[in-house]
Amino acid sequence: MTDSRAPQTIKCLVWDLDNTLWGGILLENDELALKPAVREVIEALDARGILHSIASRNDPDRALARLTAFGLRDYFLHPQIGWGAKPDSLRRLAEAINIGLDAIAFVDDDPFERDQVKHTLPQVLVLDAAEVPRIPGLPAFQPRFVTQDSGRRREMYQCEIERRQAEARFSGSQEGFLASLGMRLRITEAQPGDLERAEELTIRTHQLNSTGYTYDYDELDRLRQSPDHLLLVADLEDRYGSYGKIGLALVACTAEVWTIKLLLMSCRVMSRGVGAVLLHHIIERARSAGVRLRAEYVPTDVNRQMFVTLKFAGFEETTASPATAPEPSMQGVGGGVNRPRVITLETDPVPLQRPPAYLDVLVGE
Amino acid sequence: MKIRDFLGRFFGDYQLRDDEDIFGVGFVNSLFAMQLVLFIEKEFGITVGNEDLSLANFRSIGAMAELIERKRSGG
Repeated sequence: MTDSRAPQTIKCLVWDLDNTLWGGILLENDELALKPAVREVIEALDARGILHSIASRNDPDRALARLTAFGLRDYFLHPQIGWGAKPDSLRRLAEAINIGLDAIAFVDDDPFERDQVKHTLPQVLVLDAAEVPRIPGLPAFQPRFVTQDSGRRREMYQCEIERRQAEARFSGSQEGFLASLGMRLRITEAQPGDLERAEELTIRTHQLNSTGYTYDYDELDRLRQSPDHLLLVADLEDRYGSYGKIGLALVACTAEVWTIKLLLMSCRVMSRGVGAVLLHHIIERARSAGVRLRAEYVPTDVNRQMFVTLKFAGFEETTASPATAPEPSMQGVGGGVNRPRVITLETDPVPLQRPPAYLDVLVGE
Repeated sequence: MKIRDFLGRFFGDYQLRDDEDIFGVGFVNSLFAMQLVLFIEKEFGITVGNEDLSLANFRSIGAMAELIERKRSGG
């Protein structure tokens, strides 16, 4: 613990909402608009790997709905929205994302809130809302390194929070909790309107991703229409709302063998117990088509869970040799210098397991 | 037994037999599967290699105990 402010490096910026992030007061039904420079500041810090969160006295559902409408919801990790004191929110947050209080900055328009945090948590860097446009230029917001990983940091933390929340629930009945959510997973063949999000998923998803192959919009559009490929999109909703499109799979199909080139799931649904459902859907389809089913897997530092998922679904390694042909675009895996090691797995697609009882699976065209 | 305690967090009060198929009731939740593998590695100080990562080795308390025994005796 240091008492010097000079070397402070901020890892998470925590925002107040009313009259800080947006102008107006939500619960007084004001016309809300983002304050100047807010979106630019959020995006600039995110690209540097600095996280964002919220400490606001507000109605959580309404506040999160507004953030979603502004297209900012995904930027905020573990938002603290409720009626508690802000120092408590900041402490909880530091614990949840496992960083020190001296790595947190807090921005609020209300001098009372700022003083309370300054007084109770002197390690926290406290800023007035009027300073927002200057934040990206402040010394504490200059990370020593900005790397490819910086853009991935938010996803890493999101996964970690999901995992912890899932563990916290294990004290009760996990299945009972999941059943209470009323989840519906819809699996469809990708349509043109799905492709932008699909491209983003291939770029942004690292942990629950079997190969890390990335495909751009035009490639996906071609694959979608190709008779030799199956491009599937999964979206999930529960009684709290929609998670949007959270899963993607690309299968290369020949008369005898189907090969899963890409299977990914967003970390946001990791604790929802839906990860294997898309895979089992493909197994079932392969069984109906009477083909062998293969899957490619490219190991990275963070995607072992996908390997476990494949193995526990009955896939076995056939080769551990390097790929015979390079993929169209493979940036973002294994550092990009050496060609990543591709492991091919195969299974005899037999009907394995029923979908979990807590989940409705709908299959569309 | 440590494995039983760990599984208790998922299965609640339900008493699992040593040979009971813990995946028999439905889909293998991939997060659960991963946590199970990490738990076994950490708790028993072994590394589960790719060749050992199969459902058969994790299907029951007895199967996991056998796997741990085999890895510890260097097999």
